[in-house]
Amino acid sequence: MARQFDFTITGPKKISFFAGILLILLSSCQEEKIDFNAQVRPILNKNCISCHGGVKQSGGFGLIFRENALRETKNGKIGIVPGHPEKSEMIARIKHDDPEMRMPLEKEPLSQEEIDVLTQWIKQGAEWQDHWAYLKPPEPQIPHTTSGWAKNEIDHFILNKIKENNLSPSEEAGRYDLVRRVYLDLTGLPPSQEQIAAFVNDHSEQAYENLVDQLLASPKYGEHWASMWLDLARFADSKGYEADRAREIWKFRDWVIKAFNDDMPFDQFTIEQLAGDLLPDPSINQLIATAFHRNTLNNDEGGTDNEEYRIASVIDRVNTTWEVWQSTTMSCVQCHSHPYDPILMKEYYSSFAFFNNTSDWDVPGEQPLLKELEEDDETRLEEIKKWIANRSTVTESGKWEKFLRVGEPKLRPEDFEEVGNVVHYNRSNQDFMQVFNGSYIKIKGVSLQDVDRIYINYRQSEKYKGSLYIRVDSLTGPVIGKTTLPKTNGFVNRPVKITSKPAITDLYFQFIGLSGDYAGLIDGFLLGKKLPGDNDTEYQRVYKEIDEVLNAPFRHSTPIMVEKPKTHSRKTHVFVRGNWLVKGDEAFPGVPEVFSGEKQAFDNRLDLAKWLVSEENPLTGRVIVNRFWAKLFGKGLVTTVEDFGTLGDYPSHPELLDWLALRFSGEWDWQVKKLLKTIVMSATYRQSVKVTAIAMERDPDNKWLSRSPRVRLSAEQIRDQALAVSGLLSDKMYGPSVMPPQPDGVWTVVYSNARWNTSDGEDAYRRGLYTYTRRSSPYPSFITFDAAGREFCLSRRINTNTPLQALVTLNDPVYFETALNLARQIMLVKGGKKEKAEVAYNKVMGKMPGPEKTNILMKLLEETEAYYRENEQEAYELTKSDNPELATLTVMANALMNMDEFIVKN
Amino acid sequence: MDLYNEARKRKLEFTTRRHFLKRCGTGLGGIALASLLGPQHLLGRGMGDNAGPDTLPHFYPKAKRVIYLHMAGAPSQLEMFDYKPKLEELHDLDCPESLLEGKRFAFIQGIPKMLGPQHSFERYGESGTYVSELLPHFSNIVDEVALLKAMHTDEFNHAPAQLFLQTGSPRVGRPSIGAWVTYGLGSENENLPGYMVLVSGGKSPSAGKNAWGSGFLPSEYQGVQCRNSGDPILYVSNPDGMSRDIRRKSLDAINAINKEQYKEFGDQEILSRIAQYEMAFKMQLSVPEVMDITKEPTYIQALYGANPGQASFANNCLLARRLVEQGVRFVQLYHWGWDMHGDSKATSLNEGLKTKCLEIDKPMTALVQDLKLRGLLDDTLVIWGGEFGRTPMRENRGGRIMPFYGRDHHTEAFTIWMAGGGIKSGFSYGETDDIGYYGIKDRVHVHDLQATILHQLGLDHEKFTYHFQGRDFRLTDVHGHVVKDILA
Repeated sequence: MARQFDFTITGPKKISFFAGILLILLSSCQEEKIDFNAQVRPILNKNCISCHGGVKQSGGFGLIFRENALRETKNGKIGIVPGHPEKSEMIARIKHDDPEMRMPLEKEPLSQEEIDVLTQWIKQGAEWQDHWAYLKPPEPQIPHTTSGWAKNEIDHFILNKIKENNLSPSEEAGRYDLVRRVYLDLTGLPPSQEQIAAFVNDHSEQAYENLVDQLLASPKYGEHWASMWLDLARFADSKGYEADRAREIWKFRDWVIKAFNDDMPFDQFTIEQLAGDLLPDPSINQLIATAFHRNTLNNDEGGTDNEEYRIASVIDRVNTTWEVWQSTTMSCVQCHSHPYDPILMKEYYSSFAFFNNTSDWDVPGEQPLLKELEEDDETRLEEIKKWIANRSTVTESGKWEKFLRVGEPKLRPEDFEEVGNVVHYNRSNQDFMQVFNGSYIKIKGVSLQDVDRIYINYRQSEKYKGSLYIRVDSLTGPVIGKTTLPKTNGFVNRPVKITSKPAITDLYFQFIGLSGDYAGLIDGFLLGKKLPGDNDTEYQRVYKEIDEVLNAPFRHSTPIMVEKPKTHSRKTHVFVRGNWLVKGDEAFPGVPEVFSGEKQAFDNRLDLAKWLVSEENPLTGRVIVNRFWAKLFGKGLVTTVEDFGTLGDYPSHPELLDWLALRFSGEWDWQVKKLLKTIVMSATYRQSVKVTAIAMERDPDNKWLSRSPRVRLSAEQIRDQALAVSGLLSDKMYGPSVMPPQPDGVWTVVYSNARWNTSDGEDAYRRGLYTYTRRSSPYPSFITFDAAGREFCLSRRINTNTPLQALVTLNDPVYFETALNLARQIMLVKGGKKEKAEVAYNKVMGKMPGPEKTNILMKLLEETEAYYRENEQEAYELTKSDNPELATLTVMANALMNMDEFIVKN
Repeated sequence: MDLYNEARKRKLEFTTRRHFLKRCGTGLGGIALASLLGPQHLLGRGMGDNAGPDTLPHFYPKAKRVIYLHMAGAPSQLEMFDYKPKLEELHDLDCPESLLEGKRFAFIQGIPKMLGPQHSFERYGESGTYVSELLPHFSNIVDEVALLKAMHTDEFNHAPAQLFLQTGSPRVGRPSIGAWVTYGLGSENENLPGYMVLVSGGKSPSAGKNAWGSGFLPSEYQGVQCRNSGDPILYVSNPDGMSRDIRRKSLDAINAINKEQYKEFGDQEILSRIAQYEMAFKMQLSVPEVMDITKEPTYIQALYGANPGQASFANNCLLARRLVEQGVRFVQLYHWGWDMHGDSKATSLNEGLKTKCLEIDKPMTALVQDLKLRGLLDDTLVIWGGEFGRTPMRENRGGRIMPFYGRDHHTEAFTIWMAGGGIKSGFSYGETDDIGYYGIKDRVHVHDLQATILHQLGLDHEKFTYHFQGRDFRLTDVHGHVVKDILA
């Protein structure tokens, strides 16, 4: 809210001397309006809220919601009486002389200034204001700076703050440093020597911008930024928990890479991942996008309750969605209302309701899966699609493709209204079940409109033979379909033709065994729509093809989200005190009122996804812009990238954040490349990293960005870079994750035959994001360099600096191999130690070393050479070569790849 | 200097990162001095705004270090410590419905049979503590330990229960006790990690590396797993053909170049990196040294039943002593294979359990005795136990009779023991009912155990927090009470 006298600052340029005096007089007589967010909230957050918050309301007094603060408290007094500080107990208590009565208890009393602010605020009516992040961003005015330093709007905002803090901006970084920085930031990889030369020798005005455009268009760009998104998506190649078996979900990783490379607008990127399955006639790629939320853990341990772990996954989906798009910490609201932010517990379960209706259920098979079939079957599928499209529409053939690839919607044991004489395989009523002679299953309210056949998903050994009768209305009702149940090889879908099709009906499935000891396993029923083209002579043949393709083995699969049919959707209840076994009131899809403002109707995930990227949402633009900023600068404009709530940090540059957020969601049309280009084109980004003594003194943490930050490279970047500069890095993109060499014995597993099968050929040298991630045993060097464990959504990796990291880059065979490979190239360099040292340094850092560094390297070469001349056997052991020079150069190359400047962005 | 003052001093020295860096700035020689505390303290502390460690410890600690012997798979208390003659009388009778109503089991279905103790018990020591025939060595030290017989937990599957015990939460993502403790107290030895993990029994615990993860704490606080073969710590050895001399020369070059870099850019993180490389160099000597149990006299090896060169619980117990002797703060052992369901001979109470007990009885006894002899037991807290208990009913997976005698997972009652570190000795705490199904007196929940461990180290589990994702997290979440009755 604007202060009342703002116009004294931004108003008419020429104010006469007297008018000026008058204004000053006026403003001191008439009290200035207190700004809740800027003045009051910080005092409350710092001093009051831990005891008088949303959960803990000591003495019956809480300060999260206004109505709580205005209520009568336990001792009968009222904490805040709007307009009357003298009647407000809060003011009396903060001013109290008795330390046992004075608030905050056992702490320093508030300053007089703080007491004045609170008194004044109550006097003015004690109005609350929504937290800054929940207010729609106003269009900020771009500050005017005239120094000529600014290159675009960002710089005006930054320079303004730099000046306010008595600092001055830095010069542009040297061209060698700048080119390395922008390559590493946009593509994750260092430039080659040719690429550096091309930039450094291009003296045109456009040189830098051309380079930026070129990098944004590089396929490496998508690979680099995918890493960031995969941390948020908790992407991994295994399921987690005890056995931690493999999960095939790499197509999602590839989808993310492609989405970044294609610059898919972020709103679409959001909608496809959260609700691609609910879009009208979704494409196969849009289904793969929904694997975002199938990256949750799966517990395959024997004896676990599927429902318990399905719920754990849903909870993770809720928390992850709110963290990724809204930087809001919802996990505390599972058990009670939010302690610091205005979110009620029941609102958590409204979010839960969005995600509670997908058909996955924590089974080892991970259904529903989107299948890629073997080549022959893919061809058959194509022919079926063509056949249908010719007799109907392309849309219709698309629907059939999805039915054949996914095998949904399926009515499963949890949807069964009533069962007789059956045994659930597990304790849970979610697993498949065993049926016997005389068993029956009732499913209520099935819509048979357009349904031509019902597929039974069953499995049976040869020994038993049985039949299935499908009846309507009752166990003695008319039979509308029947089939025998022959031996199967695993679970199969067997079609049962339906003879009559009442619109909505109760179905009874009756099992009759030919012998008394009949037994089979049932996992559910698929409703097969009527195939178009029934006049065609090929009709029956195509149906047969369809049945075969539906049961065909698959080459690859991806777990995806599939919404349960409306007729059998799950109800959501509040879990009392967060305990899923104790169900409270029913909850319906919705978002917390503090975000949605006016009541809005929400039906499903698609509504949620659309709302997240709608104009009504004040947070998404800010949160996402901040994430990208943080990746480039090592720190967000809001430092707590994961928390924009009350306890999160206030933005260092709120107007800049809003300006970027409004552009991003407005004229830039959610295009990430435009955002990144604007940032890296700024003078702010291009500054040198050099710190002056004054800047170190006044702004040690570089909050005001008067210099470029020195950020350590990520785990993946450190390895990729070593492979790149030594010439070993593979360009290969996409496909199943790879297993580069890792020490024996890193994987010790229980109840699983998983093995680390070291990849051959170029697969051993792929970029880090293709490395197989097993949640319980991540790739050791990555985890040492602070990579995410990928068990839960991670917004911010915390960079550490440890001796174990030094051991990795010194001794990990991967790094040693890169050193050896580089040394082989240096061997070919003509000249003496000086030339070799310079070329080697140049290959690693992309520039020539200064004389001091050259001398240090030459000294190392001399000493090492002397040593290996004496100890030839050791030289041989190191390189398996008789030429001791190779050993000497390898030691130097290894040293170069351990320089601080190599693992940090300058 | 005693631990309290040591910690206070450390706190003063390292209240801010800048203070440390200033010291480094005075000369690189100063780094060795400044790093007296070990890597944990030289690093990120003070970078975040987490106030926790600035006020640690909260009060005078009784224990300086912890050795936690976790029996992964959950040993049967009914065959080892919790003697129930009544259960013998009920053997093979149908379990009454009243014991089954509303209960969730991992595998038991329908009506199981009651199962009497499968091994005999006798009383030992001045305390007259019951111990089964499976633990003849341990029966000699019952007067040194406290048995907690009415432990209970919330989780009845291995991975979640192990996480619950080690991290306070059944789901992955929280820091383990060892990570919390090293985050709070640091290491006493700069040349070794503060939190080390030793695994035996052929397999890792079900919860995998998450059981010693750092969760949301910086990754430097995660447990460092020592390996049974190859490098004791990953990448600690130089490549073949690179001698220590050459490594020194190359580090000198790296450090010299980094100093040039510091001169140019003035980033103090560079000085920190130089210090880390120096520590790595020292660890290259100290780690193989401490991990080499052949350095122990043969009578000590014999006391533990250790066999150098093999992967065994005995070797790991001996290593644990060597590590705490060298100032490692938290040593976590896992011994896998206690999940006696009765589906095979190896998982039967009669055979499999016997083998497992044979593997641990002598070494764990030796560990307590050896620590005591060296005067280390007073301030070293030793804890032994599994992640949950076993049912007094016989397991009947799928409603069928199993080929061997076994018991299902059970959350309501299990036994652990603790020794040293300011815990009463020769003492049993807590009682279960006549069949060992429920604790009926002095029950101790997993969160209570965690609170008590922290308490012995001078940490108040309610105040020891880390701010993450908008809230202050604790090892004990919002639960847990220190079990005052077992404190000496």
